[in-house]
Amino acid sequence: MARQMGDSHRRFLQTMMANGIVDEQGARKLIAHCCEASNTQHNPDKLDDFIETINLKLQPMFMQITKGMSEDSGHQFYALVNMAETDVTRMSSDYADNELELFRKTMDLIVCSEKGNASSTDILNSADTMTTKKLKKSETEHLLNRLVHDKWLNEKRGEYTLSTRCIIEMEPYIRTMYQDQVKVCHICRNIAFQCQICENPTCGIKIHNPCVARYYKGRAEPRCPACDDFWPHEIPEVRRPKSQSRK
Amino acid sequence: MTQRKRTSNTQSSSQSKRTSGPAATQEEDDDQTFTQPSTTQVQRGLEKLTPAQVDQKTAEVVQFFLVKDQKKIPVRRADLVKHVVKEYRNIYPEIMKRAARIFDQVFGLKMIEIDAKNHMYILINKLETVEGASPITNPTNPKTGLLFVILSVIFMKGGVVGENLIWKTLKNLKVDVGEKHEEFGDVKKVVTDEFVRQRYLEYTRIPHTEPIEHEFHWGQRAEVEVSKSKILAFMGELHEQDPQSWSQQYQEAHSSTQPSTSSQK
Repeated sequence: MARQMGDSHRRFLQTMMANGIVDEQGARKLIAHCCEASNTQHNPDKLDDFIETINLKLQPMFMQITKGMSEDSGHQFYALVNMAETDVTRMSSDYADNELELFRKTMDLIVCSEKGNASSTDILNSADTMTTKKLKKSETEHLLNRLVHDKWLNEKRGEYTLSTRCIIEMEPYIRTMYQDQVKVCHICRNIAFQCQICENPTCGIKIHNPCVARYYKGRAEPRCPACDDFWPHEIPEVRRPKSQSRK
Repeated sequence: MTQRKRTSNTQSSSQSKRTSGPAATQEEDDDQTFTQPSTTQVQRGLEKLTPAQVDQKTAEVVQFFLVKDQKKIPVRRADLVKHVVKEYRNIYPEIMKRAARIFDQVFGLKMIEIDAKNHMYILINKLETVEGASPITNPTNPKTGLLFVILSVIFMKGGVVGENLIWKTLKNLKVDVGEKHEEFGDVKKVVTDEFVRQRYLEYTRIPHTEPIEHEFHWGQRAEVEVSKSKILAFMGELHEQDPQSWSQQYQEAHSSTQPSTSSQK
């Protein structure tokens, strides 16, 4: 049963607007903080109800606070998403047209890659085929730094992946734009970039690394849930959210 | 969005709204061709549209505001009508009324007209800023600190200050206007262009000065957004003095025209 929208909800929403994305633990603490600030009662188990109250009001504005999973840690995150955007125009107020073009090219590389990443070299090379005003090497590097800083991309050892925020926000766009190439996780049904693939050539299902960890936890012999072949990849550990000390 | 350089207005008054410079731009002309529809016109307009259409248009206006507000750029009515409202201009007042209600009820923001002549709007926060304790650290803009220092100096000096004092104050804080700053880059540009465009400051020429000198006032956004009592409290802490010891500023800070009478620190 959703409550009436109050100052605690508004404060939460304002923080979401300023940050774009927050992890589940952070969301819990933020809700507690917001309720305290407006002297309202707060039920720590009703995280989803609290957010649902906000979402009901956001719906007419084509906005939603959507939940998504990090492909890295498997932890849940909440992102404020604009449902009306069907393109990368979500970012258009911050980036120039040619910068957006390069971002789309980067996304192309990542979606079509096996491991869900693109090297900085490949991205720099793709700048050669730009149709809008070409970016110089230094400009491309600067842009990539900005994209990481603004939480659209992650970078590790020269390899770029789509951030959790990007995946949550752009999921509809990605599904439409790349419907043939995009991989989908067999377990959670969300789009998947960094995942393991069944080696059976007639099967080939994909599973997110964290979904693999959860699915095969405690199982002696991992088998593909679709074709029952032996699952040959290393099963990662389930990563628990960091336990925070209570204030 | 086109930038327009304001020609300076030498009549300064810190309380009343500023009148614009004599140079009219294209956007001002557009705005002048927009006349507010009457209540009957709005009623008739609404009758011809479905509720869904009106809701959709309101949503677009809300989005437009939120995007602009992210950058603290005021929204000009002319832009709003030209780019968003468009053919729904005959029900413009109704759309604005609904948008204001949405900002209030959903976002806890207040839509304020900071310039009645040029019809410019900003969004300010209705919720009290809760000191510290927020578990999610907002990506704090370092420029906020810079702005706060400048606003403080202007306020303590009675509402107007010559630019040289500001540059000197910043230099004492190791922010040298002449040099490229590590964090802020071109400091002069940030202070005299960015903060002015965002309506936090006003930067106007002092007439008959040779070489040309300017002075700073609080901008319209600062007037509605920034609490003078908070600045005074901050000054009190900084100088280890009771804020009441600055009697004139204390009076001004606690007058009824202030944005928030906050009981919180």
